Amino acid sequence: MDFGFSQQEKSFRKEVREFIKKEFPSELRWHSRVTFAPSIHGLDDEAWKFMKTMSRKLGAKGWLSLSWPEEYGGQNSSFLQNIVYEEVLYHNCPGINHMGVTFLAPTLIHFGSEEQKKKHLPGIARGEVYWCELLSEPDSGSDLASLKTQAIEEGAYYVINGQKTWSSGAHLSDWGFVLVRTEPNLTRHKGLSYFLIDMKTPGITVNPILDMLGEHEFAEVFFDNVRVTKENLVGGKNKGWYVTMATLDFERTALMFYPSVRGYLENLSEYIKQIQKPLNPVLRNRLAELLAECEMARLIHYRAIWMMERGSIPTHEAAMDKLYNCELAQRAAEFGMQILGNYGGLLPGSKFACLNGWPLFSYLDTVSYSIMAGTSEIDRNVIAVKGLDLPAE
Amino acid sequence: MDFSLTEEQEMLRKSARDFLTAECPKSLVREMVKDEKGYPHQLWQRMGEMGWMGLIIPEEYGGAGASFFDLVVLLEEMGRACLPGPFFSTVVLGGLTILEAGSEGQKKEILPKLAEGRLLLTLALTEPSAIYTADGIQTKAMQRDKEFLIQGTKLFVPDAHISDYLICAARTKETEIPEDGITLFLIDPKSPRVSCTLLKTIAGDKQCEVIFDNVNVPRRNILGNLNKGWLILHKILEKAVVAQCAEMVGGAKQVLETTVEYAKQRMAFGHHIGSFQAIQHYCANMLVDVDGCSLVIYNAAWRLSKGLPAAQEVAMAKALINERFKRIAASGIQIHGAIGFTEDHDLPLYFKRAKAWEINLGDTDFHLDKIAKAAQI
Repeated sequence: MDFGFSQQEKSFRKEVREFIKKEFPSELRWHSRVTFAPSIHGLDDEAWKFMKTMSRKLGAKGWLSLSWPEEYGGQNSSFLQNIVYEEVLYHNCPGINHMGVTFLAPTLIHFGSEEQKKKHLPGIARGEVYWCELLSEPDSGSDLASLKTQAIEEGAYYVINGQKTWSSGAHLSDWGFVLVRTEPNLTRHKGLSYFLIDMKTPGITVNPILDMLGEHEFAEVFFDNVRVTKENLVGGKNKGWYVTMATLDFERTALMFYPSVRGYLENLSEYIKQIQKPLNPVLRNRLAELLAECEMARLIHYRAIWMMERGSIPTHEAAMDKLYNCELAQRAAEFGMQILGNYGGLLPGSKFACLNGWPLFSYLDTVSYSIMAGTSEIDRNVIAVKGLDLPAE
Repeated sequence: MDFSLTEEQEMLRKSARDFLTAECPKSLVREMVKDEKGYPHQLWQRMGEMGWMGLIIPEEYGGAGASFFDLVVLLEEMGRACLPGPFFSTVVLGGLTILEAGSEGQKKEILPKLAEGRLLLTLALTEPSAIYTADGIQTKAMQRDKEFLIQGTKLFVPDAHISDYLICAARTKETEIPEDGITLFLIDPKSPRVSCTLLKTIAGDKQCEVIFDNVNVPRRNILGNLNKGWLILHKILEKAVVAQCAEMVGGAKQVLETTVEYAKQRMAFGHHIGSFQAIQHYCANMLVDVDGCSLVIYNAAWRLSKGLPAAQEVAMAKALINERFKRIAASGIQIHGAIGFTEDHDLPLYFKRAKAWEINLGDTDFHLDKIAKAAQI
């Protein structure tokens, strides 16, 4: 085994860190809303403008496609790509459209046609084209295979009717990937197909859903006779379930919050020192435990990345990555509020608010972490069935 | 970065598992709980023939010259098997200390015999205060010409009753700094005025109280430099902690496998219980703990093997596995139901070891404190 970073990886990290510090100086960081998930979170106009600019800058550096094969402009290195993710998360820097960069791009590389790769990968690599994920429906969440949105074949087209929901950033996206039913007579997951769709296609309506932070982060999306051409089908008709499972595996490796949590705990410790609030031994040990858990989360994540580096798709390893990182983020957020007591309940802008509301927003925001991208329960099912070979249902 | 074992390590793992499955059945483990010596001589000899005692001893002293990481791979299998006996005290606590601090003469005298399995060693470190920091060492060694007179009590000394030598940490100088003024002595436990009492322990492992009542030890029996013993102990303890973690994660892996196997066979309400989500989620949590701890422990072992600073990683490994092995063992019993806490079942062996190994070489609070100190909080 070898847990070290190569010289190339070390100097690359330094380069990325310097770049982020320059482009996203700490004044900017404290001006914007700080959470564990800088790019996924609800964005006001100003933040969205910054996100778009930063995304293009990262793209111009070639830092959104490092894990891709060389023929598509990458460097074949999941490790280098991960360094970019770690640094942006550690510094709470927005700028990565994960739905495109980490969910869809590797899915296309594995399952897309040559035309699809040529058409869509460059826009993602440049950080210009934004994607959203269109999977959940009002009556189909964890039981995704029960979904009802239909696509009927009509000549060169499929015509989509139905509704998707909980789609993060759908209102800001150029394109989406959508799982729909193409064969009503085939049961459940056997009759599903995976399409790429231009969000400006006539018949698509995107409505905001406000989350409990009062932010417009996710949306519901209606399809009313939306026509999509056949070349947008990924992986073949009725093969969408398998493509989606891969997308979800990639998605679960993208929810690696240990850099954010580590940065949060460091800032929290610094803040406590500044206000000269002594930590009692119980809280001090709890903080030490969370730091140890960050290390465990990091290594669980690196195992999944290592598998991807070797060309395989992590399954239960990805579910474990997501489960552990998301639940750790929840524990860290809970801990921050515990330390701050009454002060933790103050909104940013209020007199006496701590760390610009970071603890409070993380506390509210992380509630969703055990739900998004597959609930913690689904992750545990995947770990039990794929990781331990226990019988499904 | 590479998360796979080398081919040689895979072979070592397999041969150790095959050997221990055949030669160390749980009936033997239970028998040794009651046995005063705590290990069967024949099994020990065969382990010596396998080259295990000499695994990390350099070739010039009759060993195989393997790495500390290789030893961790082997210890994991020993933890899986609940292997009884003085391997940990002899090879980890004793052997590593001799390697680190012994003079050429001491190494030549001790290591070849140790590698052949003909010599048992242990480390007499902790005292009635039961702490693993330097201020816990209150046993005194007073210089009289070419001898030292050792006076004090060591407690929780593993396998002292069967060891050929004790490595005793004693205070040779009174200073303000507890880490200064500690010296290591090689002592024959059969020396006059050394008394050894075997304690009865939770997991049946052999721990002793050793009283030194003005014991004469010649100066040549000092290991390393006078007054500089803590520097050695500090290094040895880091490796010993990771070695202990390796046994723990091996035990945890075995509990998980045994439990999953059971969940696939046991029927209730007309189904295998392993198909119930309540059971699956217990098992999933166990796998997260097992995989996560494995990685953290391998990372610490890798750093130690490479000679990199590892204080933080070592403390994290022990703090994490301490709590997780206990809950894995408890979940294993929960899934088995009542059969899981019967005397003849294998799981109680692990449940008890989870506790014994948690308190050995620093409990969770001890290691969390180390993490906090290293992180300057």
